[in-house]
Amino acid sequence: MATKPEIDPTEPREPLNLEESAGLNRQAIHYIQRAAATGLYEIRGLGAKRALPHFDDLLFLGASLSRYPLEGYREKCSSKTVLGTRFATKPIELDIPITIAGMSFGALSAHVKEALGRAATEMGTSTTTGDGGMTSEERKSSKTLVYQCLPSRYGFRPDDVRRADAIEIVIGQGAKPGGGGMLLGQKVSPRVAKMRTLPEGIDQRSACRHPDWTGPDDLAIKIKELREITDWEKPIYVKVGATRVFHDVKLAVHAGADVVVVDGMQGGTAATQVAFIEHVGIPTLAAVRQAVDALEDLNVTDQVQLVVSGGVRTGADVAKALALGATAVAIGQGILVALGCNSGTYLQKGEHRSAIADYRSLGTAPGFCHHCHTGRCPVGVTTQDAVLEQRLEPAVGAERVRNYLKTLNMELTMIARACGKHNVHHLEREDLVALSIEAAAMAGVPLAGTSWIPGRSGGA
Amino acid sequence: MDGAVNASSRSVVFDLARQELRDLNKFLHGDLRGVGSVTVENPDGANSIAVGINAPVMVEVNGHAGYYVAGMNQGGTVVVHGNAGPGCAENMMSGRVEVTGFASGGAGASAHGGLLVIRGDAGLRCGISLKGGDIVVGGDVGSFSGFMAQAGRMVVCGSAGEGLGDSIYEAVIYVRGTVTALGSDARLEPMGEDDLRVVGKLLADAGMSHLPSEFKRIASAKTLYHWNADANLTY
Ligand code: SF4
Repeated sequence: MATKPEIDPTEPREPLNLEESAGLNRQAIHYIQRAAATGLYEIRGLGAKRALPHFDDLLFLGASLSRYPLEGYREKCSSKTVLGTRFATKPIELDIPITIAGMSFGALSAHVKEALGRAATEMGTSTTTGDGGMTSEERKSSKTLVYQCLPSRYGFRPDDVRRADAIEIVIGQGAKPGGGGMLLGQKVSPRVAKMRTLPEGIDQRSACRHPDWTGPDDLAIKIKELREITDWEKPIYVKVGATRVFHDVKLAVHAGADVVVVDGMQGGTAATQVAFIEHVGIPTLAAVRQAVDALEDLNVTDQVQLVVSGGVRTGADVAKALALGATAVAIGQGILVALGCNSGTYLQKGEHRSAIADYRSLGTAPGFCHHCHTGRCPVGVTTQDAVLEQRLEPAVGAERVRNYLKTLNMELTMIARACGKHNVHHLEREDLVALSIEAAAMAGVPLAGTSWIPGRSGGA
Repeated sequence: MDGAVNASSRSVVFDLARQELRDLNKFLHGDLRGVGSVTVENPDGANSIAVGINAPVMVEVNGHAGYYVAGMNQGGTVVVHGNAGPGCAENMMSGRVEVTGFASGGAGASAHGGLLVIRGDAGLRCGISLKGGDIVVGGDVGSFSGFMAQAGRMVVCGSAGEGLGDSIYEAVIYVRGTVTALGSDARLEPMGEDDLRVVGKLLADAGMSHLPSEFKRIASAKTLYHWNADANLTY
């Protein structure tokens, strides 16, 4: 028995077989085992993480011989943006077409809300409230504040309707079209609970349908009510999560919206089921074009403005959204990242401190975090914890967001000038080509180097 | 354009057969000092009558109102002498709204405060998302009433339909008649001393004369307050 083996048993005879299944890969195995262990779906923050056709798949055709560029550093290029010209007597006038998307107090701390207001005001743009009502901090710090009217109606008050600059009726959001908000107990602090009229610490599920209207005909009546309450002064936006965008935008226009906000599936959330985030809704790129088609079909492009959100990160993204026909964009996650989301450090009294250990305790690392739902944000952005929220100093946050918005607008005007436009709103579809067949089909622009628009025109 | 002012009684009349709804609401949002009451004639089912009131003004609507009558009322007293369409007194903060006839769906939806009195029946989803307001219904309420109601009280002198108090939070519903079915997480609870007092007071405020002891109490079983794998059907 005890004969010496001819081959060292510690040496594998054959190479290890590590053939991974494409379908049942490590992620799928992890998903099934997590489901089997808990019996409950996974909830997380931020937006879709999977690869999707996006603005990155489009390119600009800069001016050359056939078009005439503008001098990049000298000639004026306006980015003034007006929203709400259709029925409201007091439209929103912004210096840049880049707005801050609705994010709730509850999801974000009061510090963050204040920082966003300050940054937006300095840059001449708007901020937006979220589920849970308007905080005095954000009203005070924001020159232009859009007040959301959500299905939950948490903290929805007539005094705040009157002191808002515009009302945004939220039908849905890109991360979860068809679903309501969610705020886990850790984030339902005493102040959040009071604003929402809920017990502290409960896992809070917001409604997904409005309580006092159902369907587009009712929406028209609801919009009229809000107009009557505000004496027809304030623009009324209608925000939809991107699904049947062509029809939804048409219905919103018929219902009397001044502005339609379309949020693609890359749009973020503070907490939603992963299956929802990754599998419900359509990419922003496809949504923009469908929304524009709807406005063109109704011949209202000069009356109803389109705001696009969902995964807008860079100045080039903004330029592409505008070229496709949006009047403005709204950014949520990009703003969080500017504030320090997924950064390894946070700044306290001018000094960088490491947050790595805190990411580790959430089971993640900077660059990979999507743990907003836990309320334990390592950099103090999406938290209601009295200690953690101190990690984001409003002044620091405001400066970082201002710098971010400034950079985006500089990139936007730079691209506009290169395309020969003295106004960013003159960017047009003809300035764009697509890098992939998918992007060409979704955005309705030709595949680069061809005149082929899949689904719209013949071969090249 | 202001309505016709009757100098002796300081009451103002808006005739919606001849005047614009927009002017009525604008008038109600303006300086109302010295205005005792506002009467709306020929409402003819118009939507958004007397919305966004922000003063202790008295408004009488002589006829049927459409959607959202007295929406977002803050401090006003609005009486509809007739029926009211969907969402009457929606998101009321304070004050009093009374409907002498029937009210359609979503009556008192999301009301944060004030008292809504409906003498007849109320339709579906009465008191949905209620946030602290009180509702007294003389007749029956339709299905899904008190859905996700967070705070406040509903007193139903008649009967309630399906799914009463579904996913209710801290609001309490009192029903005198039958309940077709309770919604998820709603349960019957015994009437305590406080409940009898509350119901008695609300009935008196509404000018209705039933015995508080005839009512049942429905409140949250609180099984949905925290996520748990055993409540999978409900999520
Ligand atoms: S760092 Fe904070 S804001 Fe960013 S994903 Fe993590 S928890 Fe959310």
